[in-house]
Amino acid sequence: MTTIVEKDIQTIVRPAVLSQGTWQKILAFASLIALLAVFSIASENFLQSDNLIGILQATAVNGVLAVAATFVIITGGIDLSVGTLMTFCAVIAGVVLTYWGLPMPVGILAAIAAGALCGSVSGTIIAKMRVPPFIATLGMMMLLKGLALVISGTRPIYFNDTPNFSMISQESLIGAVLPFLPIPNGVLILFIVAIVSSLILTSTALGRYTFALGSNEEAVRLSGVNTDSWKIIVYTVSGGICGIAGLIIASRLNSAQPALGQGYELDAIAAVVIGGTSLSGGRGTILGTIIGALIISVLTNGLRILSVAQEWQTVVTGIIIILAVYADILRRKS
Amino acid sequence: MTPLVTIMDLDKSFPGVRALKKARFELFSGEVHALMGENGAGKSTLMKILAGIYRKDAGEILIEGEPVDIASPRAAQDLGISIIHQELNLMNELSAAQNIFIGREPKRAMGLLLDEEALNRAAADIFARMHLVLDPRAEVGVLTVAKQQMVEIAKALSFRSKVLIMDEPTAALNSTEIAELFGIIRQLKAEGVGIVYISHKMDELKEISDRVTVMRDGEYVGTVPTASTSIDTIISMMVGRSLTEKKTDVPDLSSHDVVLEVHNLRRSNAIQDVSFKLRKGEILGFAGLMGAGRTEVARAIFGADPLDGGEIIVRGKTATIRSPQDAVRLGIGYLSEDRKRFGLATGMDVAANIVMPCLSKFLSLKIFLKAQAIRDTARSYISQLRIKTPSDAQEVRFLSGGNQQKIVIAKWLARDCEILFFDEPTRGIDIGAKNEIYKLLNTLAAQGRAIVMISSELPEILRMSHRIAVMCEGRLTGELAAKGATQEAIMRLATQRHSLTADTLKSATGGSTT
Repeated sequence: MTTIVEKDIQTIVRPAVLSQGTWQKILAFASLIALLAVFSIASENFLQSDNLIGILQATAVNGVLAVAATFVIITGGIDLSVGTLMTFCAVIAGVVLTYWGLPMPVGILAAIAAGALCGSVSGTIIAKMRVPPFIATLGMMMLLKGLALVISGTRPIYFNDTPNFSMISQESLIGAVLPFLPIPNGVLILFIVAIVSSLILTSTALGRYTFALGSNEEAVRLSGVNTDSWKIIVYTVSGGICGIAGLIIASRLNSAQPALGQGYELDAIAAVVIGGTSLSGGRGTILGTIIGALIISVLTNGLRILSVAQEWQTVVTGIIIILAVYADILRRKS
Repeated sequence: MTPLVTIMDLDKSFPGVRALKKARFELFSGEVHALMGENGAGKSTLMKILAGIYRKDAGEILIEGEPVDIASPRAAQDLGISIIHQELNLMNELSAAQNIFIGREPKRAMGLLLDEEALNRAAADIFARMHLVLDPRAEVGVLTVAKQQMVEIAKALSFRSKVLIMDEPTAALNSTEIAELFGIIRQLKAEGVGIVYISHKMDELKEISDRVTVMRDGEYVGTVPTASTSIDTIISMMVGRSLTEKKTDVPDLSSHDVVLEVHNLRRSNAIQDVSFKLRKGEILGFAGLMGAGRTEVARAIFGADPLDGGEIIVRGKTATIRSPQDAVRLGIGYLSEDRKRFGLATGMDVAANIVMPCLSKFLSLKIFLKAQAIRDTARSYISQLRIKTPSDAQEVRFLSGGNQQKIVIAKWLARDCEILFFDEPTRGIDIGAKNEIYKLLNTLAAQGRAIVMISSELPEILRMSHRIAVMCEGRLTGELAAKGATQEAIMRLATQRHSLTADTLKSATGGSTT
């Protein structure tokens, strides 16, 4: 009997149809290539290795934040606090390293732990107190912005006593081994974060529940899964990743700038959306998010090389976001 | 006298279903005409066609002898036909008067400003006509459900309605409020309004209606005067279809262990003092009309909704079930009536859905998914349950209702649940797939799983159950052995309301009004 059924299944197997997410990724990737082509024809400076490394360097912070936002957005939530959380974590690193003079690993751990803790607070407010994610993280965004200013005394904290701190984003481990590939550590961290996150999303229980929560939370709850705990874990992981972003930006500026951070959340969400992750949850990929973040940086960089005014760069980015999502909607209809 | 409304030979099909077959209906002015039938008999469809919500496929509708075409709810309003749905459609933040005249507000200052005073005066006039004490400026959201219903009726009257259709108007009302509603219905009747009254509640029909029309499977069965017809006659008109399905044999279960026992389950009005036992290998049918509280009982035992009180004993031990997580740990599974909302993550693939409740069994180092093991398990259930899908990686939303239902079943089998609640397991499933689900249920019971099957389809209950429990308005009104149970007997228990004791039932059957 089994063999008959198996034969049945085989006769109805169709050639694998590309899923919508895959299409969106291909489209995003094609746009990235097209942008690169256009800019390299328009300006010979664009393809210079210094410039390309500059683009990657500029992607590092937004890319890591966008990866953090991807987790939350796949659950069907939204996180407006990633930008100010990043700053808060940078300030924590500054306090631990510069004010308290503790060793560098302690500062790194403290920043990531602070991010995870804040994430778990957001997650608890959302899962247990049932405050909508938009409101909960809007509140966290302002709360953390204020706390960062309070803790730092509204002044930047410099890392002059920790000379190695700038290594986190500036030096190049890869360049030390492969001199022709001087990719800065900040970019290396972005790739490591992206690969690990991608692994979490595709091959762990946490990843499975992240998608399931966004797909149908009630059905998951009625399957006997503790949805509240998993949601809190997702926000915690996302917060920890924001902590990593905080370390990269602090290292690049060699200081924790408490006034910085607001506005980063929107860039991060833009990257996630351009990369094909659905804001209604249930779908999304880290690769898409990285491509989305790259599109934004390439666009900014290319327009600057072509001497397009900063104001117009912002206008173009806005149009790209709308077009990217509209393309997705068109395809979903057909 | 020309009838106010005459409906002749009305046909209506929806994709896959013939909802109405030559349906008929007649309404006189000043008459309360009850429309009865089981769930899915076509009552609501017929009335929605009269109210212009659906278009008819064939047949004729006459209003005061004139053939009419009712193309939209607006056209129905112009003909003086209003419908009050079971679910009220009110804007809670607006006042009663604002709700009544929404879209038709009186204006002043050359139509630039709203004339709130004229609005409130017009609403007050309608309330006076209904002998209803209500401030037109009261915010609708803070009114009782009964008062909100009155606002809906006032809205219908503001269109100068000659025909008022009420779909289960007393579903959410208590007895005082019902009396108030009936007062207003009598008032309207005296003014010559024709009222169509859809309800399942026999005692109410006896009290308020002049005639009863019964529908079954989309067809007209007959019209009888209420006063001289017994409840039993009406019930047999409602269920009198021929039974073609074969009954399954009832095994002797007396030696089997009781795996689930609940005592005095309570939650507000929804669940009132429900107790029952379930044995290993048994299929206990839960019958009743929609809203009788069967789903509520299942969800409460499963920990999806909280309980006010009661005791749940699983395999002889008192259990504390506070969440679905606790229930699943005890081997209890619940298959919701609404698969898409509560049963499946339809955007995810077949394999992911099947292992959802037991993902922890498929982890290495407690973190990483064992992709191959998950796929193997999914495939084994796909072949075992004959789920038709191109692969285990197919998204569930692309599969048919029957196959989706099988995936929900596979989900709980993979979790190895011993006690399974099937809530309307064959809803929205075609006949062929239905029979497969029935076979599957029998196999599961034969394997020793204990099953509670909630169903609103009486033939299904009679065919599948080893024992039948009947609920009405949150109470368990009776238990029947499968052998010798009839649709009539079930229906009598399913309509046995708290207010209607055995005595009044007897006198009502005898022909006198209660």
